[in-house]
Amino acid sequence: MNTVLATPTDNQLAASLSHVSKTYKHFKLQDLSFSLERGTVAGLIGPNGAGKSTTMRILMGLVHPNSGTVQVLGQPISSSQASAKQDIGYYSEDMRLYKPESILWHMQFVRSLYPSWDDAYARELLDRFGLIEQQAIKGLSHGQRVKAMLLLILARRPKFLILDEPTNGLDPVAKHEVLTELMRVVEDPDRTILYSSHNTADIEKICDSITFIDRGRLIASDNRDSFLEQWKRIKLHAPETWQTPSIRGLRLESTFHQLRILSLSHFRDEIPAELQSSGATIEAIDPMSLEEIFVSSVMRGREGEGS
Amino acid sequence: MTIHSWITISLSDPLPLYLQVIEQVKRRVAVGDLKPGTELPSIRQLASQLQVSVITIKRAYLELERDGVIVTRQGKGSVVAERPGLQVAMQERELKDRLTQAADLGLLLGKSKTEMQRRMAEAYEQSQKGKP
Repeated sequence: MNTVLATPTDNQLAASLSHVSKTYKHFKLQDLSFSLERGTVAGLIGPNGAGKSTTMRILMGLVHPNSGTVQVLGQPISSSQASAKQDIGYYSEDMRLYKPESILWHMQFVRSLYPSWDDAYARELLDRFGLIEQQAIKGLSHGQRVKAMLLLILARRPKFLILDEPTNGLDPVAKHEVLTELMRVVEDPDRTILYSSHNTADIEKICDSITFIDRGRLIASDNRDSFLEQWKRIKLHAPETWQTPSIRGLRLESTFHQLRILSLSHFRDEIPAELQSSGATIEAIDPMSLEEIFVSSVMRGREGEGS
Repeated sequence: MTIHSWITISLSDPLPLYLQVIEQVKRRVAVGDLKPGTELPSIRQLASQLQVSVITIKRAYLELERDGVIVTRQGKGSVVAERPGLQVAMQERELKDRLTQAADLGLLLGKSKTEMQRRMAEAYEQSQKGKP
């Protein structure tokens, strides 16, 4: 029973992308590299059109990158890797169920394709999601349809769930039901979730790691707490002549009389002392929300300043 | 699982999530809801119950263990430490924290030490009589 606490080895990774690029006529995914540790929930956050869905389709082997390597559950992914796909559950709003047929019909259909189908679990999900098995797909609301699709994926008990905006358009109750089931999935340390959203609030609590992308580029990828610890909003008082000291990741956001509001992307313990010695008096160093961090990262990235 | 759990996690609280967990476990020990030897949920179970990330709970448990509040045995899960005086220590800590907060506020508002002592005595008497 040796538990390794060092950096994860390939075996501890559910998936990794290395220098992945894909060019379309009007969109380019550029040199994307990040990895997901097994047993964690990873959030993929980006504005609409950032490349989230393309990234997920690459992980599913549905899209082939022009360059770079992709590993999923210890295997290089390609369209021929049917065995790895048994262990992957992919959700996207683009997927369609067969309208005239019932939820039960779909359950039987998926069961016939996947030996890992767990019927008892499927029944529990029906109950917890408040779905009726005889109901035809065409009569379902948006929320019920999303839950029905997730049921069909979850009941296969895949090791790796790739969920493209699964809570998009859900009411708060349905969203709570879905998040509850996702958290149950990772009670098993061998199962992993990659979850995309343009809404940071949806996933702020549940994610272990977060990857920000914008316009086909990686902006940042780190564990959630590191983001929250490194980004700060600083309020300080300084004379008119005060110049923002050159500290990595520090920038002046606004000025109100003597008050300066700054954002900082790389907090260190020495920074308060460095600011004081520049002639400023610190009023407060506050944490930023993940949403504020996301917007700031994207804006800084777009200005080509990076960090 | 439930939005009404024994630990309440809020994103609007400026305190980081793992510190919210630590604070609330310590409070439960202070008031006696969590007694020495009581089993705690596993890291992944609690993460699932509170709908927070596994890393958040892992970090909270590691710090609680370092502070001597809980004991984790590999493969057996975590229990509240069976240490004499743990509850009193948690009570003292909470009392000290709140007094410090009040003192800081007094200082910020320019109140004198005697003024603060008088106000404390007043507040104490009011509590004794029941709610003001």
